[in-house]
Amino acid sequence: MEEILLTMRGICKSFPGVRALDKVNFTLRKGEIHALMGENGAGKSTLIKVLTGVYPKDEGEIRVEDRPISIHSPQDAQKNGISTVYQEITLCPNLTVAENMFIGRTEGVGVNWKQMEKRTGELLSGLGIPARPKQQLGSCSIAVQQMVAIARAVDAQCKVLILDEPTSSLDDKEVEMLFRLMRDLKSRGVGIIFVTHFLEQVYAVSDRITVLRNGVLVGEFKVENLPQVELVSRMMGKELEGLSDLEKEKSAGALEGETLYQAEQLSSTEARPFDFRIAKGEVNGFTGLLGSGRSESVRAIFAADRVTGGKVRMNGKPVNVTSPYQAMKAGIGYLPEDRKRDGIIADLSVRENIILAMQVMKGFFHPLSKKQMEEFADEYIRALEIKTASQDTPVGSLSGGNQQKVILARWLLTHPQYLILDEPTRGIDVGTKTEIQRLVLKLAEEGMSVTFISSEIEEMLRTCSRLIVMRDRKIVGELRGSELTQSNVMYTIAGGGKENG
Amino acid sequence: MAEQKKNLFFYRNSQLIVPLVAIGLLLVFNLIRDPSFFSVSIGTNNDGNPVLQGNLVSILNGASELAILAMGMTLVTAASGGQDISVGCLAAIAGSVFVKVLRAGEITGWSVALGILLCCLVAMVFGCFNGTLVSVFKIQPMIATLILFTCGRSIAYWINGGATPTVSSPIITAIGSFIPGIPVPTPILIVILVGILFTVAFRLTTLRLYIQTVGINQGAAKLNGINPLRIKLLAFIILGACCSVSGVIGVSRLSLINHETLLLNVEMDAILAVAIGGNNLGGGKFNMIGSILGAYAIQALTITLYAMKVPSTDVKAYKAIVIILLVVLGSPVVKDAFRRLRIRLSGGRLTAGKGAL
Repeated sequence: MEEILLTMRGICKSFPGVRALDKVNFTLRKGEIHALMGENGAGKSTLIKVLTGVYPKDEGEIRVEDRPISIHSPQDAQKNGISTVYQEITLCPNLTVAENMFIGRTEGVGVNWKQMEKRTGELLSGLGIPARPKQQLGSCSIAVQQMVAIARAVDAQCKVLILDEPTSSLDDKEVEMLFRLMRDLKSRGVGIIFVTHFLEQVYAVSDRITVLRNGVLVGEFKVENLPQVELVSRMMGKELEGLSDLEKEKSAGALEGETLYQAEQLSSTEARPFDFRIAKGEVNGFTGLLGSGRSESVRAIFAADRVTGGKVRMNGKPVNVTSPYQAMKAGIGYLPEDRKRDGIIADLSVRENIILAMQVMKGFFHPLSKKQMEEFADEYIRALEIKTASQDTPVGSLSGGNQQKVILARWLLTHPQYLILDEPTRGIDVGTKTEIQRLVLKLAEEGMSVTFISSEIEEMLRTCSRLIVMRDRKIVGELRGSELTQSNVMYTIAGGGKENG
Repeated sequence: MAEQKKNLFFYRNSQLIVPLVAIGLLLVFNLIRDPSFFSVSIGTNNDGNPVLQGNLVSILNGASELAILAMGMTLVTAASGGQDISVGCLAAIAGSVFVKVLRAGEITGWSVALGILLCCLVAMVFGCFNGTLVSVFKIQPMIATLILFTCGRSIAYWINGGATPTVSSPIITAIGSFIPGIPVPTPILIVILVGILFTVAFRLTTLRLYIQTVGINQGAAKLNGINPLRIKLLAFIILGACCSVSGVIGVSRLSLINHETLLLNVEMDAILAVAIGGNNLGGGKFNMIGSILGAYAIQALTITLYAMKVPSTDVKAYKAIVIILLVVLGSPVVKDAFRRLRIRLSGGRLTAGKGAL
């Protein structure tokens, strides 16, 4: 009864130093919505890129309708009926909907626009997409643009439709609209691969789930056989049974201490309103799956995105924090998640990168002397054991771990009362990781408050005395003291917290 | 470690190689062609003052406006990753304001000072206009400054009612050619003064660090508390001030303002000077000395061509040929080829310092 549409067998793909996919199998049936799940670095996007011809595969076989095919380019993929709609719209917003539907698909020299518009109109109304053929694509909402892209793919005789994070910039109503379209396509026999970070959406629309972790296939499951908490544990690679939770040595005492920072209904353009507080000398953390809003929340605290509302108190006194500069003046430091994009000034020297934040706080008319700069840089290069040829080396030529230490040094030099570290240990070697964890605990002992975010649960459990759990951009729970166990965290992330109580 | 240090020194100053080589080649070429090119003599001018004369002096003197504009352009390029093409027009506006003030009454030391101050202010306001378009409205610098490029000389025309009035006074002559008793042309002294001002500004403020940071990574600059809008705006305002200084020199040389021809087409030379100086036109790290050397290289080329009695109509074509050579020599592809060649010649010894290069 279930007709197999696409099979991928033993797919392997390596990049220098990384095995991104290791003998991964994937099966898609006709008229099925199949969610592809996994945390950061699990290999989801690599698998999609192999399927669409962006990357060549090292090993393995791809079959469409039981016919082996070879895909060397996105064009090949399209010829074989595999279409992709990406998170970012890849159509031309300044052309009309009809033009976008047919761009690059016309044959010969002559173009019959009348007929194209008619065909577009039929397609749009057939799929229930609220757009007119002559309308400029840019004037449609993002959701409609995405649906036009899907309609285009469907019209190009696609059998396999890949939706890569289609819902991340849509609101609830638009998501519902998209889901209706997806179900409609499903009933027409299209196989849909759905990549998303939103757990609830997976359960709302999918039939099957394939989970990857660290480039390895964890398994393929029918949705009804995989409860949400089970999915989370599979994604994170932790067995729920037999989890020996580490004894908590950290005293919960710090939690009861004096409040250092407090936010009420703080919101930004990226983060929904939330309440938050941290005590002096406390280490806490935001946890949740990728895209759950944990980074957006701490960015709101530092005013890295435009703050749209909320009250902030520092040491009990109300402060106005609407720009990073004000946050720095209030005594907050922030190490951003994306080191390359938001952290390092790649072409500048290690020295200049270290003193940058402190220099900004001192002000435009009070530059540090060359000697002071050298002393500060020397001090922190030694204290954090930054491996660099000299202070003058451009920071971009350092290794990832050392770049991260440079940015850490930059913030430590400003002597903040409250330090936010967003994924400080991502992509750096194990040795440096433990060094950073130890440093965090030492700073807290000295009275600094630290918010620590990491994708690795163990790391959070080891360092934080309180965890704020987020799911789908909302705070869904808070764990402290003896509640801090891996299974608790996973239940809370999956929304099954009550089963535990 | 010593080799590392040497490499770094080389890295920091390697971008000066192209302008230095260009100037050097031009000088060698002239030495072979006609050694008298280099003769510098002390003559007396019409007022009976001792003055320096010779081709070298003309190169240094003639490049003054360009050198000052190139300094300002370096900052705008570094901060915004784009270029201001309205500098010539802005200099014409500033020059017209200067003349307007001088012709309002008798020309005295005070009125000249007032004129300079006012035209500087006006030019800074126009620079602020350009900067606002670029920073607040995020228009590409070349497009944003196209507005003033188009209408700038019309504005200059209105200021003096379409006339090309003369302003003759010993003070103006002193600014445009020689101060009595000092044999060095005044514009050269003004370039040195502007250079000193920039050096002091870099010492007393964090301007250099901020501009480079904004130019390299605007997002990170913002997260470190720097306001990128303000820094870009500041760069354009400083360039405006540079334009006014150049305008004043240009007016003083001729003791009159011709709004149509004053510093015509200088914007392209200024951008070129920045490029020859090894600065990345996409913004980021900058080397102001490179830009200044670039300006002198361009002027040396022009004077050489004139000395060779190339008809003035042909000069631009010859200039273009040399510029093609310079730009290709400074291009990343050629630089990379040179780097690889050097590593091969040294048997791979330099690969350790590759990161620094």
